[in-house]
Formats: sequence, structure tokens, C-alpha cells
Amino acid sequence: MTDLTKLKIAEARDALRKGDVTSVELTEACLSAIDAADALGAFVHKTPEIALEQAKAADARNSADAPALNGIPLGIKDLFCTKGVPSQAASGILEGFRPEYESTVTSQLFADGAVMLGKLNMDEFAMGSSNETSVYGNAVNPWKVDDRQLTPGGSSGGSASAVAADLCLGATGTDTGGSIRQPAAFTGITGIKPTYGRCSRWGIVAFASSLDQAGPMTKDVRDAAIMLTSMCGHDPKDSTSADLAVPDFEAALTGDIKGKTIGIPKEYRMEGSPTEIEKLWSDGADMLRDAGAKVVDISLPHTKYALPAYYVIAPAEASSNLARYDGVRFGHRASLEAGDGITEMYEKTRAEGFGHEVQRRVMVGTYVLSAGFYDAYYNRARKVRALIKRDFDQVFADGVDAILTPATPSAAFGLGEMAEADPIQMYLNDVFTVTVNLAGLPGISVPTGLDAQGLPLGLQLIGRPWEEGDLLNIAYRLEQSAGFVAKPSQWW
Amino acid sequence: MSIDTETARRVAKLARIKVEEDALPALASEFSAILGFIEQLNEVDVEGVEPMTSVTPQRLKRREDVVTDGSQQAAVLKNAPDAREGFFAVPKVVE
Repeated sequence: MTDLTKLKIAEARDALRKGDVTSVELTEACLSAIDAADALGAFVHKTPEIALEQAKAADARNSADAPALNGIPLGIKDLFCTKGVPSQAASGILEGFRPEYESTVTSQLFADGAVMLGKLNMDEFAMGSSNETSVYGNAVNPWKVDDRQLTPGGSSGGSASAVAADLCLGATGTDTGGSIRQPAAFTGITGIKPTYGRCSRWGIVAFASSLDQAGPMTKDVRDAAIMLTSMCGHDPKDSTSADLAVPDFEAALTGDIKGKTIGIPKEYRMEGSPTEIEKLWSDGADMLRDAGAKVVDISLPHTKYALPAYYVIAPAEASSNLARYDGVRFGHRASLEAGDGITEMYEKTRAEGFGHEVQRRVMVGTYVLSAGFYDAYYNRARKVRALIKRDFDQVFADGVDAILTPATPSAAFGLGEMAEADPIQMYLNDVFTVTVNLAGLPGISVPTGLDAQGLPLGLQLIGRPWEEGDLLNIAYRLEQSAGFVAKPSQWW
Repeated sequence: MSIDTETARRVAKLARIKVEEDALPALASEFSAILGFIEQLNEVDVEGVEPMTSVTPQRLKRREDVVTDGSQQAAVLKNAPDAREGFFAVPKVVE
């Protein structure tokens, strides 16, 4: 079998079970592809020994009823703590940190037989939309249309780049404001953020605890369903994880969406939005209508306030979560001068260890939580968040099954192009995705077309809480209708 | 709202991040831009709205108040930049 790394998870699973290929062969093919792709900056800690050991074990237990991901080689975002393997959240402050424990999500993937190829690049502490804030350097989009190197998006940029370039069969991502869906759209792959509480956050380096969720990034919707089933589930170690049964999401993929109601929110029509994005969106609505769904116009009136609310709540939670990086228990400690006390140690350690964007967000969070501003900023943002969620509750109560929007306001941009822009310009990348985190809903990005330059564009579907199966099925139908099969041509 | 250098200095101190004196004006202007963006929230009528505490309407689980973990001193100290005799070591705190 040639081009093993191009297999999808479902195809590889079937080939493994039939004995057409072994996990060791598949894993070795991925490891070679990874070694040849350093120019993409996707894998930042390679773990070939662990991978081959897991692959051999998977081959030994191979049978018709082997676990769902038996022998499937995956990449793991650096935000996940993996036992004995560097887990730095792409930050200098966690230099040298090797967790003594395994995150719940990766434990579940490994229990289902998955193979870990290594750790994937990302924005530092998942704060960014272009993977340019990483201590490891940029991850690069495998898509290219001219001399420029393009961003794979962020924060899960390494995951997106690795999956799009066929370095692994799938990857884990995390999404606080769009960090799975935006990079998936920028690289022509599929990414789903499940309902808040579906995946345990235990062992995932925390950014904004009320918004963070893990999810899969894969080559198609079926693979997303397979991986998501394995990643979800109740965990007593995360008090916000939902004690609900996890259905077999793959079984939900019938492609039949007759009678479903799809909402088109008018507030997502942005002034100055590229006509290509508008066309992609209306084409997507037509595809769902042709498949038997009813497409209706809806209103989510507080959409405009989602980004400002997010940029209060997320930094506030981050400033609290990142207080733990103090140079005492793990990671980097600054070298001190004679006479320096513990305060100097904290201040120098955090100044050296955190990058610029992380420092900025921690300080914004500190400011909005400080005495005298807590009510004006933080409490007000939490009230606006309640209104944003109420908007969604209302349209779902009116019978809408899923909402169709663009995933991003543009195709991938060049690395470095936003360097001179003010931070708000970068934050606008998440304008279509951030509402979903604030409302705790499941959202999926599906590639449905190319722009005039030949770069992938994605559409987002937003589902009802806990209805990932239904959401994946609608996405599956959209994927079938769109027939997006383009791949980047290899230059790396 | 415009953030002055003094406020930027105070926030950096509260956040325990050392910011050099000459970097404060640029930081203050970045804060001002971000806070200006956030000010849009003042347009929203939030009268009578409760601040969100949990995005899903679940009640937090409870369990017996018993020890479920522990006796992992070596693992806990393994990643410490400076651990001595079973403790985390830090610069002198008490005179």
C-alpha cells in the first residue's frame, strides 16, 4: 500500500483490521513524513520511541473487535499534558516541564489504541490566531499560492498543519475562541469543538476555564466523529465535565437531513466581507436546502458584543490560571541577583518566561478584575455573555436545529502580515467562532471551497447543546455536497 | 478609556510581571486600544440580567469529603526548579 499517511482514520482502521497494513508500517510512514516536514514547524517534540512501542502493542491486540482507534497514529497539541513528554503549551515558562501524569483526553485516546507521534506547535498558552506567539517559532500552512509562507491559523496551528500535510491521521486541538475551527478552515480540514463539558479539561493546560474545550482535527467529518467519541466522557477529576452518556457519533452519520431547520444569522453578514465568503456561505445554504433541509433567516442580536465580552472574560480567567507560573513548582525560574527576594523572583520569572501576547492578556485580565473595575468590566461582560447565550437558546427554542455561518472572515494570511496591526485586528479572526464558546455550544468547521487564489475556505455549523451527533450528520451532508477534495501540493 | 503610564506600572506590579520603565508607555497605549474595544459593552442594556456563572445548567457534583489522593512527594517535586529535602526552595521570605 502506498501513501499510507494519506489514509483517513476510518480507512486505516479498516485496513488494519483486515490485516492489509500494520500499525508499525503506518506509524513508520508518518514518522518519515514528519522528519521530512520540519519546514512546517508542526511537530515540536517528536516521540518516535513511544509511537513505535504503542504501534507494536496495537498490532499485538489487533482483531475485528479491537478498540476504535487501535494503531491509528495521531499528533497531540502541546497543551495536553503527556506523561514524561515535554508539555510546554508552547511557552518558555514551561521549558523542561515533563508532567508526571497524563491528561484525561490523551489517556482515553491511548486506551482506545491510538499511537502518539509527538507534540504539536500552537500559540503560547493557546493565545493567538496565527501560531506566531509560539516559543518554538511559527507553524506554517502547507497551502501555498506564491512566495509567501502562510499561517495555518491558531491556536491549534501545528495540529492543522500536520493533518493537512498528511503527517498524521488526526490530531487533538483545543478551542477557547475558535482555536480548532479557524485553523481547520485555514488548512482545508475538519475540526469540531464539542459542547462545553463534553471533554474533560483535566491535564490540559488551562487558558480560560469556562471556555476551553478539546476536540479533534481530522481529514473529514467521519474521522472527527470517530475521534470525538473517544475523547468525550465524564471525568470525576473535572467538575465541569458532563455526566452524560457519549453516543457513537459515527453511527449518527446517515447523511439524511430532511426536515432539519438550518438558521442563517443576519448579524454574521459583515460589512466589507469578501464576496467569496458571502458566496461560499449562500452556496452552503443552497446545498443544505437541496438535501431537504429548511433554511430560515434568524437573528442573534448580541453577536456584535461577543468579541469584546470575550476579551474581558478570557484574559480575566487567564490572569487567574496563569498565576501558577511563579517559578516555584515547575518550569522556568529566572536567575536572581544578590538581594532579590521572592517578589523579584516572580516578576523576573514571569517577564522572561511569558511572551508578549501572554503578558498583555494577563495584564488586561488583571486590570479588569482589579478593585474598582470588576463590576464595570468583568461582571458586565458576564451579563452580556448571558445575553449571547439567550440569543441562541431562543433560536433553538424556535425550532432551529443548526446554524450555518462562515468559519473565518478570510482565507489564511501571510505569516508576519499582521505584525504591525493592532491586537484587535488579530482578534477579529475569531469573530464568527467566539460566540459559540461564550454560549458553550458545539461548533464544527468544514472545508467547502477555495478562494480565487486557491486557498481553502470553511463553513461553520453550530449545533444544539449535547447534539454533536446531529451536528456531525449535518456537517457530513454538507461535506458530501461540497465535495471538497483539494490538497496542498508538497513544497516542504 | 485612556490608560496612563502609572496605571500600566500598577497593573504590571499586580500581575507580577517585570516591565522595564521604557516599555510602559507602549504598554499603556496597547491597554488603551484593547479597553477602548471593550468599552462597546457599555452600549448593551444589561438591566436585570444575572452575570453568567455556568454556561451549562448543571449542578456541580458533590462527593464525600475524604482523601482520595496523595503520598506523591517525589512526583510533586520532580519538576521544581529548586527542591531540597522534600520542599520547594525559594528566596528568603521571612527576615
